[in-house]
Amino acid sequence: MSGPSDYQPSNPALQWIERRLPIIGLVHSSFVVYPTPRNLNYWWTFGAILSFMLGMQILTGVVLAMHYTPHADLAFKSVELIVRDVNYGWLLRNMHACGASMFFFAVYVHMLRGLYYGSYKEPREVLWILGVIIYLLMMATGFMGYVLPWGQMSFWGATVITNLFSAIPYVGESIVTLLWGGYSVGNPTLNRFFSLHYLLPFLIAGVVVLHVWALHVAGQNNPDGVEPKTEKDTVPFTPHATIKDGFGVACFLLLYAWFIFYMPNYLGDADNYIPANPGVTPPHIVPEWYYLPFYAILRSIPNKLAGVIGMFSAIIILCFLPWLDAAKTRSSKYRPLAKQFFWIFVAVCILLGYLGAQPPEGIYVIAGRVLTVCYFAYFLIVLPLLSRIETPRPVPNSISEAILAKGGKAVASVAIALVAAGALFLGSLQDARASEGSDRPPGNKWSFSGPFGKYDRGALQRGLKVYKEVCSSCHGLSYIAFRNLAEAGGPGYSVAQAAAFASDYKVKDGPNDAGDMFERPGRPADYFPSPFPNEQAARAANGGAAPPDLSLITKARSYGRGFPWFIFDFFTQYQEQGPDYVAAVLQGFEDKVPEGVTIPEGSYFNKYFPGHAIKMPKPLSDGQVTYDDGSPTTVAQYSKDVTTFLMWTAEPHMEARKRLGFQVFVFLIIFAGLMYFTKKKVWSDSH
Amino acid sequence: MNPDASTIAAGAPIEVDLTPVAEGQDIKVFWRGKPIYISHRTKKQIDEARAVNVASLPDPQSDEARVKPGHEQWLVVIGICTHLGCIPIAHEGNYDGFFCPCHGSQYDSSGRIRQGPAPANLPVPPYQFVSDTKIQIG
Ligand code: FES
Repeated sequence: MSGPSDYQPSNPALQWIERRLPIIGLVHSSFVVYPTPRNLNYWWTFGAILSFMLGMQILTGVVLAMHYTPHADLAFKSVELIVRDVNYGWLLRNMHACGASMFFFAVYVHMLRGLYYGSYKEPREVLWILGVIIYLLMMATGFMGYVLPWGQMSFWGATVITNLFSAIPYVGESIVTLLWGGYSVGNPTLNRFFSLHYLLPFLIAGVVVLHVWALHVAGQNNPDGVEPKTEKDTVPFTPHATIKDGFGVACFLLLYAWFIFYMPNYLGDADNYIPANPGVTPPHIVPEWYYLPFYAILRSIPNKLAGVIGMFSAIIILCFLPWLDAAKTRSSKYRPLAKQFFWIFVAVCILLGYLGAQPPEGIYVIAGRVLTVCYFAYFLIVLPLLSRIETPRPVPNSISEAILAKGGKAVASVAIALVAAGALFLGSLQDARASEGSDRPPGNKWSFSGPFGKYDRGALQRGLKVYKEVCSSCHGLSYIAFRNLAEAGGPGYSVAQAAAFASDYKVKDGPNDAGDMFERPGRPADYFPSPFPNEQAARAANGGAAPPDLSLITKARSYGRGFPWFIFDFFTQYQEQGPDYVAAVLQGFEDKVPEGVTIPEGSYFNKYFPGHAIKMPKPLSDGQVTYDDGSPTTVAQYSKDVTTFLMWTAEPHMEARKRLGFQVFVFLIIFAGLMYFTKKKVWSDSH
Repeated sequence: MNPDASTIAAGAPIEVDLTPVAEGQDIKVFWRGKPIYISHRTKKQIDEARAVNVASLPDPQSDEARVKPGHEQWLVVIGICTHLGCIPIAHEGNYDGFFCPCHGSQYDSSGRIRQGPAPANLPVPPYQFVSDTKIQIG
């Protein structure tokens, strides 16, 4: 993209095209012969990783949009149907949802890299500002994408974020009405967000082209911050940079696949598995992890308008970075003070992220204020001051000199450091769910935990029996069809058995020719009928608290893991908060109410229920359901079985997910190894 | 991109019967997609709301100006936190009024902001009494 190319293809057909549209020459000059500094380290592969992620998000997003229904009444269900019924829909959805997080993770690394090595300095100011614009567009896209599943967090996140604009004096309210297309967040809001969520990625792609263009005009910065002077300082982009980027992408894919196949809900919020309800605000609204530092800044300023201004200026300030930091030396490698402050700044951002996920009270508020001041001080005081008082170490004359001086430093630890840092930062979200004074549910040994976990067929069949005989009198299971009982990875019934099971149920159908509704026996394609015709009826029949649908209950419930557990969870693949909680609640009923706890009339004491007062009476008692396989008929066994069953209803394709995950990992490790050795060979003469 | 005709039409006034709401209780109705709290205040709540020094409030407004004369026991407010739009919980917080779980704003028994990041009182929707036990919102 820099200057005309003198590339001449040898194939006459290509020559014919090239004379009319020199596109091959453009690619050739930009991505083949383009000189790239010889001393780039692996932090520079994040550019390629980000391009890859953008492509991935667009690709998976386009397919998801083919199956998604943007309507307030149907959106939640359509996402569930994607996961359950579309071929590899669970994979697409996980790739897209985790992909957003990985995209942001990579962009933060990319930005911090730029910050550390001074990549925003003359002559790369425009390049940097284009990057900030991409980041802003990404934030908007990510936010709107999070709204689309229309769960509780989607809805209330949308409410809180759109209300930010109401802080603008005079025109604020009308702007918010314009964003909503109504008097509150509702169906019109969902529709326009869907439209924009589809549009913005292509805008991002456009700005990325500008970003790459500007990069190829100014040339890449490098870890030593000295411009390449001679041929010796650079290597051609292909094969050197391409293969190195390829290896970087392969390593990144390993991390990405870890989330897709083993921890798909680690970064999400359990509340988003509850359909949006405009009448109930969740007790604790948390945005996605990548907004948390800014959310913390918003909350730590006690005035509404000032808080909103503070939050936005925390991002906008990045645009002015090239002029705030006037130091001549680019790379922090040669700036002893700047280097230390850089790492302090990184720590401040991570801590702000942690605080953003905490309840806004007490010590967290004060800490948030202190860190907000630190955040802005870094840009407004530290950087301008450092450029005046700091004496940098001498910078090498050229890149080749720098390489000779260095003499091969191992960078292999980078990947490990990345994983650890990422886990720490990302995991802070898990902490958001405060345990609210309830006891911690005890851990269980589940057959479905871990990378090779499988459902215990016997437990699924017994659990179904418990559900049918006990739970189903109050709780629905509306996302499960009878045919699911015969599907691979499920309770292991035959098609005929599932059909027989279905025919025991009466299903409402119609209208018939006479215009009347009628009842008929269930068919495999029918869904489990719900015990109540609507939510109001369910509420009225149960003392004001509607029994929740159980299809997703093990994913929609969780409890706070707290620091440092959420970090270990990342490595141990602990994902069973939901099942542990459900099993604990089923067994947590106690007749004797402990001292100091008052239980209102019509509620029951439960040790593990948040607030301890639960409307559901003790559902299970020993011997209530007969088992024909000789398993003990105890409350403990019932709870375990029905929880296993409900885990399956929440994720019927879990076995497929873990199985495919193993195959993908074997492939990726071999692939990354091959890439590494190819890269070594290609670079052998360049170091 | 402003609200379309059907959305506006659906926002027409609604009537609410107050007979079933006992003293000290409240109900939540939806109007224009917004939750409206109608609370039947106790004597204590009214006295508390009237005892404060209006000038000392973050958003000064007297309780008299927020209810209809002759119907002091009825408080009708839009249950949307003026901070960032969460739904405050009734009968919680330190002021016998509402408490917003999102960022901790607290409103008193007149729906006025007393503590926390919210800048304004809970707004009173347009409404009038069509009879002693029935109001029309909108
Ligand atoms: S939305 Fe109520 S305090 Fe922020």
